Amino acid sequence: MGLFDRFDGLAKLHAMATTGGEDPFAVRMDRVLSPTEAVINGRQTILIGTHNYLGLTFDPACIEASQKAVAAFGTGTTGSRIANGSYAGHRGLEKTLAAFFGRKHCMVFSTGYQANLGILSTVAGPQDHLLIDADSHASIYDACKLGSATVVRFRHNDPADLDRRLQKLSGEPGNRVIVAEGLYSMLGDTAPLREFVEVKKKHGAYIVLDEAHSVGTMGENGRGLAEAEGLEADVDFVVGTFSKSFGAVGGFCVSDMEGFEVLRIASRPYMFTASLPPSIMASVTEAVHQVQARPELRRQLWQNVDRLYGGLQKAGFILGPEKAPVVAITLRDQETAIRFWNGLLANGVYCALVLPPATPNGLSLCRLSLCAAHTAAQIKRVVEVATGVANEIGAFDAVPAKRAAAG
Amino acid sequence: MGLVHREDTAVFDAVVTLLDQFKREEAIITRETDISEDLRLDSLAVMDLMMELEDKFDVSIPLNLVAEIRTVGDLAEAVRRH
Repeated sequence: MGLFDRFDGLAKLHAMATTGGEDPFAVRMDRVLSPTEAVINGRQTILIGTHNYLGLTFDPACIEASQKAVAAFGTGTTGSRIANGSYAGHRGLEKTLAAFFGRKHCMVFSTGYQANLGILSTVAGPQDHLLIDADSHASIYDACKLGSATVVRFRHNDPADLDRRLQKLSGEPGNRVIVAEGLYSMLGDTAPLREFVEVKKKHGAYIVLDEAHSVGTMGENGRGLAEAEGLEADVDFVVGTFSKSFGAVGGFCVSDMEGFEVLRIASRPYMFTASLPPSIMASVTEAVHQVQARPELRRQLWQNVDRLYGGLQKAGFILGPEKAPVVAITLRDQETAIRFWNGLLANGVYCALVLPPATPNGLSLCRLSLCAAHTAAQIKRVVEVATGVANEIGAFDAVPAKRAAAG
Repeated sequence: MGLVHREDTAVFDAVVTLLDQFKREEAIITRETDISEDLRLDSLAVMDLMMELEDKFDVSIPLNLVAEIRTVGDLAEAVRRH
Protein backbone atom coordinates (compact mmCIF):
# COMPACT_ATOMS: atom_id res chain seq x y z
CA MET A 1 0.00 0.00 0.00
CA GLY A 2 1.37 3.38 -1.04
CA LEU A 3 1.85 6.22 1.43
CA PHE A 4 -0.97 8.26 -0.02
CA ASP A 5 -3.39 5.51 -1.00
CA ARG A 6 -5.64 6.36 1.91
CA PHE A 7 -6.33 9.72 0.27
CA ASP A 8 -7.82 8.07 -2.83
CA GLY A 9 -11.33 9.05 -1.78
CA LEU A 10 -10.21 12.63 -1.24
CA ALA A 11 -8.43 12.70 -4.59
CA LYS A 12 -11.65 11.53 -6.26
CA LEU A 13 -13.59 14.33 -4.56
CA HIS A 14 -11.00 16.80 -5.78
CA ALA A 15 -11.21 15.43 -9.31
CA MET A 16 -14.97 15.89 -9.16
CA ALA A 17 -14.60 19.46 -7.92
CA THR A 18 -12.48 20.31 -10.95
CA THR A 19 -14.99 18.95 -13.50
CA GLY A 20 -16.38 22.44 -14.02
CA GLY A 21 -13.11 23.57 -15.59
CA GLU A 22 -11.34 25.45 -12.81
CA ASP A 23 -9.77 24.03 -9.67
CA PRO A 24 -11.78 25.77 -6.92
CA PHE A 25 -9.01 25.15 -4.42
CA ALA A 26 -6.20 26.64 -6.52
CA VAL A 27 -7.49 29.94 -7.88
CA ARG A 28 -4.61 32.32 -8.59
CA MET A 29 -4.82 36.08 -8.35
CA ASP A 30 -2.13 37.51 -10.60
CA ARG A 31 -2.71 41.03 -9.43
CA VAL A 32 -4.76 42.42 -6.58
CA LEU A 33 -6.22 45.76 -7.58
CA SER A 34 -8.03 46.69 -4.36
CA PRO A 35 -9.76 44.96 -1.41
CA THR A 36 -12.60 44.07 -3.80
CA GLU A 37 -10.93 43.40 -7.15
CA ALA A 38 -8.20 41.19 -8.58
CA VAL A 39 -7.04 39.90 -11.93
CA ILE A 40 -7.80 36.18 -12.26
CA ASN A 41 -7.20 34.33 -15.53
CA GLY A 42 -6.48 37.70 -17.15
CA ARG A 43 -9.93 38.97 -16.17
CA GLN A 44 -10.80 41.76 -13.76
CA THR A 45 -12.77 39.95 -11.06
CA ILE A 46 -14.89 41.07 -8.12
CA LEU A 47 -13.64 39.51 -4.88
CA ILE A 48 -16.59 38.52 -2.74
CA GLY A 49 -15.32 35.58 -0.75
CA THR A 50 -12.21 36.83 0.97
CA HIS A 51 -13.42 37.77 4.50
CA ASN A 52 -11.80 41.17 4.04
CA TYR A 53 -14.76 42.61 5.93
CA LEU A 54 -13.57 46.16 6.46
CA GLY A 55 -11.35 46.43 3.39
CA LEU A 56 -8.28 47.33 5.47
CA THR A 57 -5.78 45.35 3.34
CA PHE A 58 -5.09 48.48 1.29
CA ASP A 59 -5.69 51.05 4.01
CA PRO A 60 -3.03 53.76 3.52
CA ALA A 61 -2.36 54.16 7.26
CA CYS A 62 -1.94 50.39 7.73
CA ILE A 63 0.38 50.15 4.72
CA GLU A 64 2.47 53.07 5.92
CA ALA A 65 2.81 51.62 9.43
CA SER A 66 3.79 48.29 7.94
CA GLN A 67 6.39 49.82 5.63
CA LYS A 68 7.95 51.83 8.45
CA ALA A 69 8.15 48.73 10.64
CA VAL A 70 9.79 46.58 7.98
CA ALA A 71 12.39 49.29 7.39
CA ALA A 72 13.08 49.75 11.10
CA PHE A 73 12.87 46.17 12.39
CA GLY A 74 13.54 43.98 9.34
CA THR A 75 11.54 41.40 7.45
CA GLY A 76 11.16 38.75 10.12
CA THR A 77 11.81 37.84 13.73
CA THR A 78 13.56 34.57 12.80
CA GLY A 79 12.43 32.86 15.95
CA SER A 80 10.00 32.32 18.76
CA ARG A 81 9.30 34.84 21.47
CA ILE A 82 10.44 32.64 24.33
CA ALA A 83 13.73 31.55 22.75
CA ASN A 84 14.59 34.47 20.50
CA GLY A 85 12.97 37.47 22.11
CA SER A 86 9.91 39.64 21.69
CA TYR A 87 9.92 42.85 19.70
CA ALA A 88 8.41 46.08 20.93
CA GLY A 89 5.67 45.51 18.35
CA HIS A 90 4.49 42.27 19.96
CA ARG A 91 3.88 43.86 23.33
CA GLY A 92 2.57 47.01 21.68
CA LEU A 93 -0.03 45.04 19.75
CA GLU A 94 -0.98 43.01 22.83
CA LYS A 95 -1.49 46.19 24.84
CA THR A 96 -3.48 47.77 22.01
CA LEU A 97 -5.78 44.74 21.78
CA ALA A 98 -6.17 44.41 25.57
CA ALA A 99 -7.19 48.08 25.68
CA PHE A 100 -9.55 47.67 22.71
CA PHE A 101 -11.34 44.76 24.40
CA GLY A 102 -11.07 46.27 27.90
CA ARG A 103 -9.28 43.15 29.15
CA LYS A 104 -6.28 42.62 31.40
CA HIS A 105 -4.44 40.12 29.24
CA CYS A 106 -3.69 39.50 25.61
CA MET A 107 -1.50 37.00 23.82
CA VAL A 108 -0.87 37.15 20.09
CA PHE A 109 -0.27 34.04 18.00
CA SER A 110 1.24 33.59 14.55
CA THR A 111 -2.08 32.54 13.01
CA GLY A 112 -5.71 32.39 14.08
CA TYR A 113 -5.50 28.62 13.75
CA GLN A 114 -2.68 28.55 16.28
CA ALA A 115 -4.60 30.85 18.64
CA ASN A 116 -7.28 28.17 18.95
CA LEU A 117 -4.70 25.39 19.22
CA GLY A 118 -2.73 27.35 21.80
CA ILE A 119 -5.66 28.32 24.02
CA LEU A 120 -7.95 25.30 23.84
CA SER A 121 -5.17 22.76 24.25
CA THR A 122 -4.00 24.48 27.46
CA VAL A 123 -7.12 25.80 29.23
CA ALA A 124 -8.46 22.25 29.56
CA GLY A 125 -6.21 19.49 30.90
CA PRO A 126 -6.41 15.69 31.25
CA GLN A 127 -9.15 15.76 33.93
CA ASP A 128 -11.17 18.46 32.19
CA HIS A 129 -13.95 18.50 29.63
CA LEU A 130 -14.15 20.58 26.47
CA LEU A 131 -17.68 21.01 25.15
CA ILE A 132 -17.56 22.12 21.54
CA ASP A 133 -20.29 23.18 19.15
CA ALA A 134 -20.83 20.56 16.42
CA ASP A 135 -20.22 23.13 13.67
CA SER A 136 -16.90 24.33 15.11
CA HIS A 137 -14.10 25.41 12.82
CA ALA A 138 -11.41 22.84 11.98
CA SER A 139 -8.94 24.67 14.24
CA ILE A 140 -11.18 23.94 17.25
CA TYR A 141 -11.39 20.25 16.36
CA ASP A 142 -7.63 20.13 15.86
CA ALA A 143 -7.07 21.92 19.18
CA CYS A 144 -9.06 19.13 20.84
CA LYS A 145 -6.73 16.55 19.30
CA LEU A 146 -3.67 18.45 20.48
CA GLY A 147 -4.97 18.78 24.02
CA SER A 148 -5.65 16.08 26.59
CA ALA A 149 -9.16 16.94 27.76
CA THR A 150 -12.20 14.75 27.19
CA VAL A 151 -14.13 16.24 24.30
CA VAL A 152 -17.92 16.37 24.10
CA ARG A 153 -19.69 17.68 21.00
CA PHE A 154 -23.06 19.42 21.39
CA ARG A 155 -25.66 20.18 18.73
CA HIS A 156 -24.99 23.35 16.81
CA ASN A 157 -26.30 26.49 18.55
CA ASP A 158 -28.42 24.36 20.89
CA PRO A 159 -28.23 25.53 24.54
CA ALA A 160 -30.65 22.79 25.72
CA ASP A 161 -28.41 20.13 24.22
CA LEU A 162 -25.34 21.73 25.83
CA ASP A 163 -27.18 21.75 29.15
CA ARG A 164 -28.07 18.05 28.77
CA ARG A 165 -24.53 17.07 27.93
CA LEU A 166 -23.15 19.04 30.88
CA GLN A 167 -25.74 17.36 33.10
CA LYS A 168 -24.45 13.96 31.99
CA LEU A 169 -21.00 14.95 33.23
CA SER A 170 -22.23 15.72 36.73
CA GLY A 171 -20.18 13.90 39.34
CA GLU A 172 -17.16 13.71 37.07
CA PRO A 173 -14.07 15.62 38.25
CA GLY A 174 -12.45 18.48 36.36
CA ASN A 175 -13.36 21.80 34.80
CA ARG A 176 -15.86 22.26 31.98
CA VAL A 177 -14.90 24.59 29.14
CA ILE A 178 -17.52 25.49 26.53
CA VAL A 179 -16.33 26.50 23.06
CA ALA A 180 -18.53 28.43 20.65
CA GLU A 181 -18.05 30.86 17.79
CA GLY A 182 -19.53 34.33 17.56
CA LEU A 183 -20.39 34.16 13.88
CA TYR A 184 -20.27 30.83 12.07
CA SER A 185 -18.53 31.24 8.76
CA MET A 186 -20.36 28.54 6.83
CA LEU A 187 -23.93 29.84 7.02
CA GLY A 188 -23.39 33.20 8.72
CA ASP A 189 -25.46 32.33 11.79
CA THR A 190 -24.58 33.64 15.26
CA ALA A 191 -24.36 31.80 18.58
CA PRO A 192 -27.25 32.12 21.10
CA LEU A 193 -24.71 33.60 23.51
CA ARG A 194 -27.13 34.71 26.23
CA GLU A 195 -28.52 31.18 26.57
CA PHE A 196 -25.04 29.65 26.46
CA VAL A 197 -23.93 32.00 29.25
CA GLU A 198 -26.91 30.91 31.37
CA VAL A 199 -25.99 27.26 30.88
CA LYS A 200 -22.36 28.07 31.63
CA LYS A 201 -23.29 29.71 34.93
CA LYS A 202 -25.66 26.91 35.90
CA HIS A 203 -22.86 24.35 35.58
CA GLY A 204 -19.99 26.51 36.83
CA ALA A 205 -18.27 26.19 33.47
CA TYR A 206 -16.02 28.53 31.48
CA ILE A 207 -16.62 29.77 27.96
CA VAL A 208 -14.20 30.44 25.13
CA LEU A 209 -15.74 32.45 22.29
CA ASP A 210 -14.05 32.43 18.90
CA GLU A 211 -14.89 35.79 17.37
CA ALA A 212 -12.83 35.30 14.20
CA HIS A 213 -15.65 36.52 11.94
CA SER A 214 -17.42 38.82 14.41
CA VAL A 215 -14.58 41.08 15.60
CA GLY A 216 -14.67 44.24 13.54
CA THR A 217 -18.06 43.33 12.11
CA MET A 218 -20.34 43.15 15.18
CA GLY A 219 -20.86 45.25 18.29
CA GLU A 220 -21.07 49.02 18.45
CA ASN A 221 -17.29 49.29 18.71
CA GLY A 222 -16.49 46.21 16.66
CA ARG A 223 -15.64 44.01 19.64
CA GLY A 224 -17.78 41.17 18.36
CA LEU A 225 -20.91 39.26 19.34
CA ALA A 226 -20.15 39.47 23.08
CA GLU A 227 -20.21 43.26 22.82
CA ALA A 228 -23.31 43.25 20.62
CA GLU A 229 -25.13 41.14 23.23
CA GLY A 230 -23.76 43.05 26.23
CA LEU A 231 -22.15 39.88 27.58
CA GLU A 232 -18.44 40.61 27.52
CA ALA A 233 -18.10 40.17 31.29
CA ASP A 234 -19.54 36.66 31.02
CA VAL A 235 -17.16 35.47 28.33
CA ASP A 236 -13.94 34.17 29.88
CA PHE A 237 -11.76 34.07 26.79
CA VAL A 238 -12.17 35.71 23.39
CA VAL A 239 -10.12 34.22 20.57
CA GLY A 240 -9.79 35.95 17.23
CA THR A 241 -7.78 36.46 14.09
CA PHE A 242 -5.95 39.23 12.26
CA SER A 243 -6.70 37.72 8.86
CA LYS A 244 -10.22 39.00 8.44
CA SER A 245 -11.33 42.44 9.66
CA PHE A 246 -7.74 43.41 10.53
CA GLY A 247 -6.52 42.61 7.02
CA ALA A 248 -3.31 40.70 7.78
CA VAL A 249 -2.48 37.36 9.42
CA GLY A 250 -2.16 36.14 13.01
CA GLY A 251 -4.37 35.43 15.99
CA PHE A 252 -4.98 36.51 19.55
CA CYS A 253 -6.68 35.69 22.82
CA VAL A 254 -7.86 38.23 25.40
CA SER A 255 -9.00 37.44 28.92
CA ASP A 256 -9.33 38.80 32.45
CA MET A 257 -8.57 35.40 33.92
CA GLU A 258 -6.18 35.44 36.86
CA GLY A 259 -2.94 33.63 36.03
CA PHE A 260 -3.44 33.86 32.26
CA GLU A 261 0.15 34.93 31.59
CA VAL A 262 1.47 31.48 32.51
CA LEU A 263 0.17 30.29 29.14
CA ARG A 264 3.16 32.00 27.53
CA ILE A 265 5.36 29.23 28.90
CA ALA A 266 2.79 26.45 28.68
CA SER A 267 1.12 26.82 25.30
CA ARG A 268 3.12 24.92 22.70
CA PRO A 269 1.55 26.55 19.61
CA TYR A 270 2.68 29.89 21.11
CA MET A 271 6.14 28.75 22.18
CA PHE A 272 7.41 26.56 19.39
CA THR A 273 6.83 28.69 16.32
CA ALA A 274 8.24 31.87 14.86
CA SER A 275 6.53 35.02 16.08
CA LEU A 276 4.72 37.46 13.81
CA PRO A 277 6.98 39.71 11.71
CA PRO A 278 7.24 43.44 12.53
CA SER A 279 5.34 44.54 9.41
CA ILE A 280 2.28 42.50 10.44
CA MET A 281 2.28 43.72 14.04
CA ALA A 282 2.47 47.30 12.83
CA SER A 283 -0.33 47.00 10.28
CA VAL A 284 -2.60 45.17 12.73
CA THR A 285 -1.94 47.72 15.50
CA GLU A 286 -2.97 50.43 13.04
CA ALA A 287 -5.96 48.34 11.88
CA VAL A 288 -7.23 48.12 15.48
CA HIS A 289 -7.07 51.93 15.61
CA GLN A 290 -8.94 52.15 12.31
CA VAL A 291 -11.67 49.82 13.59
CA GLN A 292 -12.08 52.11 16.60
CA ALA A 293 -11.83 55.38 14.73
CA ARG A 294 -14.05 54.55 11.76
CA PRO A 295 -17.39 53.04 12.81
CA GLU A 296 -18.63 54.01 9.35
CA LEU A 297 -16.76 50.99 7.97
CA ARG A 298 -19.12 48.74 9.91
CA ARG A 299 -22.13 50.73 8.76
CA GLN A 300 -21.04 50.37 5.11
CA LEU A 301 -20.43 46.67 5.61
CA TRP A 302 -23.94 46.09 6.97
CA GLN A 303 -25.50 48.22 4.23
CA ASN A 304 -23.76 45.91 1.80
CA VAL A 305 -25.02 42.88 3.69
CA ASP A 306 -28.58 44.20 3.29
CA ARG A 307 -28.06 44.81 -0.41
CA LEU A 308 -26.57 41.41 -1.19
CA TYR A 309 -28.79 39.31 1.08
CA GLY A 310 -31.89 41.15 -0.10
CA GLY A 311 -30.92 40.89 -3.77
CA LEU A 312 -30.12 37.20 -3.64
CA GLN A 313 -33.19 36.40 -1.56
CA LYS A 314 -35.42 38.22 -4.03
CA ALA A 315 -33.82 36.27 -6.86
CA GLY A 316 -34.88 33.03 -5.15
CA PHE A 317 -31.64 31.70 -3.69
CA ILE A 318 -31.57 29.59 -0.53
CA LEU A 319 -29.52 31.59 1.99
CA GLY A 320 -28.37 31.23 5.59
CA PRO A 321 -30.85 31.95 8.40
CA GLU A 322 -29.50 35.38 9.36
CA LYS A 323 -28.32 38.47 7.52
CA ALA A 324 -24.59 38.48 8.16
CA PRO A 325 -21.31 39.50 6.52
CA VAL A 326 -21.11 35.90 5.31
CA VAL A 327 -23.87 35.12 2.84
CA ALA A 328 -23.96 31.44 1.94
CA ILE A 329 -25.91 30.20 -1.05
CA THR A 330 -27.01 26.59 -0.62
CA LEU A 331 -27.03 24.68 -3.88
CA ARG A 332 -28.96 21.48 -4.49
CA ASP A 333 -25.94 19.19 -4.72
CA GLN A 334 -22.18 19.20 -5.21
CA GLU A 335 -22.43 19.09 -8.98
CA THR A 336 -24.72 22.13 -9.13
CA ALA A 337 -22.52 24.00 -6.65
CA ILE A 338 -19.43 23.31 -8.76
CA ARG A 339 -21.12 24.46 -11.97
CA PHE A 340 -22.54 27.53 -10.26
CA TRP A 341 -19.16 28.49 -8.80
CA ASN A 342 -17.46 28.06 -12.19
CA GLY A 343 -20.16 30.17 -13.83
CA LEU A 344 -19.55 32.99 -11.35
CA LEU A 345 -15.78 32.93 -11.87
CA ALA A 346 -16.14 32.85 -15.66
CA ASN A 347 -18.25 36.00 -15.30
CA GLY A 348 -15.77 37.82 -13.09
CA VAL A 349 -17.08 37.00 -9.61
CA TYR A 350 -14.87 35.07 -7.17
CA CYS A 351 -16.45 33.54 -4.08
CA ALA A 352 -15.62 30.41 -2.09
CA LEU A 353 -16.91 26.96 -3.02
CA VAL A 354 -17.34 24.88 0.13
CA LEU A 355 -18.22 21.22 -0.05
CA PRO A 356 -18.70 18.40 2.47
CA PRO A 357 -17.07 17.38 4.76
CA ALA A 358 -16.11 21.01 5.43
CA THR A 359 -19.80 22.01 5.60
CA PRO A 360 -22.50 21.19 8.15
CA ASN A 361 -25.18 18.63 7.24
CA GLY A 362 -23.50 17.74 3.97
CA LEU A 363 -24.50 21.06 2.36
CA SER A 364 -22.92 22.27 -0.88
CA LEU A 365 -22.30 25.99 -0.59
CA CYS A 366 -21.05 28.98 -2.47
CA ARG A 367 -19.98 31.34 0.24
CA LEU A 368 -19.89 35.07 -0.31
CA SER A 369 -18.40 37.49 2.19
CA LEU A 370 -18.90 41.19 2.09
CA CYS A 371 -16.51 44.07 2.37
CA ALA A 372 -17.19 47.63 3.52
CA ALA A 373 -15.44 48.69 0.31
CA HIS A 374 -17.83 46.89 -2.05
CA THR A 375 -19.75 49.44 -4.09
CA ALA A 376 -23.48 49.23 -4.72
CA ALA A 377 -22.65 48.66 -8.40
CA GLN A 378 -20.39 45.69 -7.57
CA ILE A 379 -23.08 44.07 -5.44
CA LYS A 380 -25.70 44.66 -8.13
CA ARG A 381 -23.37 42.99 -10.62
CA VAL A 382 -22.82 40.00 -8.30
CA VAL A 383 -26.59 39.49 -7.90
CA GLU A 384 -27.08 39.75 -11.68
CA VAL A 385 -24.30 37.29 -12.46
CA ALA A 386 -25.47 34.85 -9.78
CA THR A 387 -29.06 34.98 -11.02
CA GLY A 388 -28.00 34.59 -14.66
CA VAL A 389 -25.74 31.62 -13.96
CA ALA A 390 -28.34 29.95 -11.73
CA ASN A 391 -30.96 30.24 -14.48
CA GLU A 392 -28.54 28.98 -17.09
CA ILE A 393 -27.63 25.82 -15.18
CA GLY A 394 -31.08 25.21 -13.73
CA ALA A 395 -29.98 25.79 -10.15
CA PHE A 396 -33.43 27.07 -9.18
CA ASP A 397 -35.16 23.95 -10.56
CA ALA A 398 -36.82 21.75 -7.99
CA VAL A 399 -35.67 18.59 -9.73
CA PRO A 400 -32.00 17.83 -10.38
CA ALA A 401 -30.82 19.39 -13.61
CA LYS A 402 -29.61 17.13 -16.40
CA ARG A 403 -25.85 16.88 -16.58
CA ALA A 404 -24.39 19.16 -19.22
CA ALA A 405 -22.91 17.24 -22.14
CA ALA A 406 -19.41 18.19 -21.09
CA GLY A 407 -20.08 17.63 -17.38
CA MET B 1 -22.93 -12.94 29.34
CA GLY B 2 -26.52 -13.38 28.18
CA LEU B 3 -27.47 -9.84 29.21
CA VAL B 4 -24.37 -8.33 27.68
CA HIS B 5 -25.09 -10.22 24.49
CA ARG B 6 -28.67 -8.93 24.30
CA GLU B 7 -27.55 -5.34 24.97
CA ASP B 8 -24.88 -5.69 22.35
CA THR B 9 -27.33 -6.98 19.76
CA ALA B 10 -29.77 -4.16 20.50
CA VAL B 11 -27.04 -1.55 20.06
CA PHE B 12 -25.74 -3.19 16.92
CA ASP B 13 -29.22 -3.35 15.40
CA ALA B 14 -29.79 0.34 16.15
CA VAL B 15 -26.46 1.23 14.58
CA VAL B 16 -27.33 -0.77 11.47
CA THR B 17 -30.72 0.94 11.21
CA LEU B 18 -29.10 4.37 11.37
CA LEU B 19 -26.46 3.33 8.85
CA ASP B 20 -28.95 1.91 6.38
CA GLN B 21 -29.32 5.28 4.66
CA PHE B 22 -25.61 5.25 3.78
CA LYS B 23 -25.60 1.72 2.42
CA ARG B 24 -24.26 1.30 -1.09
CA GLU B 25 -26.16 -1.12 -3.30
CA GLU B 26 -27.55 -4.11 -1.45
CA ALA B 27 -24.52 -4.86 0.65
CA ILE B 28 -25.27 -6.25 4.09
CA ILE B 29 -23.84 -4.29 7.00
CA THR B 30 -21.85 -6.49 9.34
CA ARG B 31 -19.66 -5.79 12.35
CA GLU B 32 -16.68 -5.81 10.01
CA THR B 33 -18.10 -3.20 7.62
CA ASP B 34 -15.60 -0.33 7.41
CA ILE B 35 -17.43 2.93 8.02
CA SER B 36 -15.23 5.12 5.88
CA GLU B 37 -14.10 2.61 3.21
CA ASP B 38 -17.32 0.67 2.66
CA LEU B 39 -19.98 3.19 3.61
CA ARG B 40 -18.00 6.26 2.50
CA LEU B 41 -18.93 8.28 5.55
CA ASP B 42 -16.66 11.26 6.13
CA SER B 43 -15.38 12.19 9.60
CA LEU B 44 -18.17 14.71 10.16
CA ALA B 45 -20.88 12.18 9.22
CA VAL B 46 -19.39 9.69 11.71
CA MET B 47 -19.53 12.32 14.45
CA ASP B 48 -23.14 13.16 13.57
CA LEU B 49 -23.99 9.47 13.69
CA MET B 50 -22.39 9.18 17.12
CA MET B 51 -24.52 12.07 18.30
CA GLU B 52 -27.68 10.28 17.15
CA LEU B 53 -26.59 7.17 19.02
CA GLU B 54 -25.72 9.15 22.16
CA ASP B 55 -29.25 10.54 22.21
CA LYS B 56 -30.91 7.25 21.38
CA PHE B 57 -29.16 5.38 24.19
CA ASP B 58 -28.74 8.35 26.53
CA VAL B 59 -25.00 7.90 26.75
CA SER B 60 -22.04 10.24 26.33
CA ILE B 61 -19.30 9.07 23.99
CA PRO B 62 -16.21 11.29 24.14
CA LEU B 63 -15.12 12.58 20.76
CA ASN B 64 -11.63 11.37 21.61
CA LEU B 65 -12.78 7.86 20.68
CA VAL B 66 -13.64 8.71 17.07
CA ALA B 67 -10.09 8.08 15.88
CA GLU B 68 -10.31 4.50 17.13
CA ILE B 69 -13.64 3.70 15.49
CA ARG B 70 -13.13 2.04 12.12
CA THR B 71 -15.84 -0.58 11.77
CA VAL B 72 -19.54 -0.78 12.56
CA GLY B 73 -18.61 -3.22 15.32
CA ASP B 74 -16.25 -0.64 16.86
CA LEU B 75 -19.05 1.91 16.84
CA ALA B 76 -21.53 -0.43 18.51
CA GLU B 77 -18.93 -1.33 21.12
CA ALA B 78 -18.26 2.36 21.87
CA VAL B 79 -21.97 2.93 22.52
CA ARG B 80 -22.29 -0.21 24.65
CA ARG B 81 -19.32 0.68 26.85
CA HIS B 82 -20.47 4.23 27.68
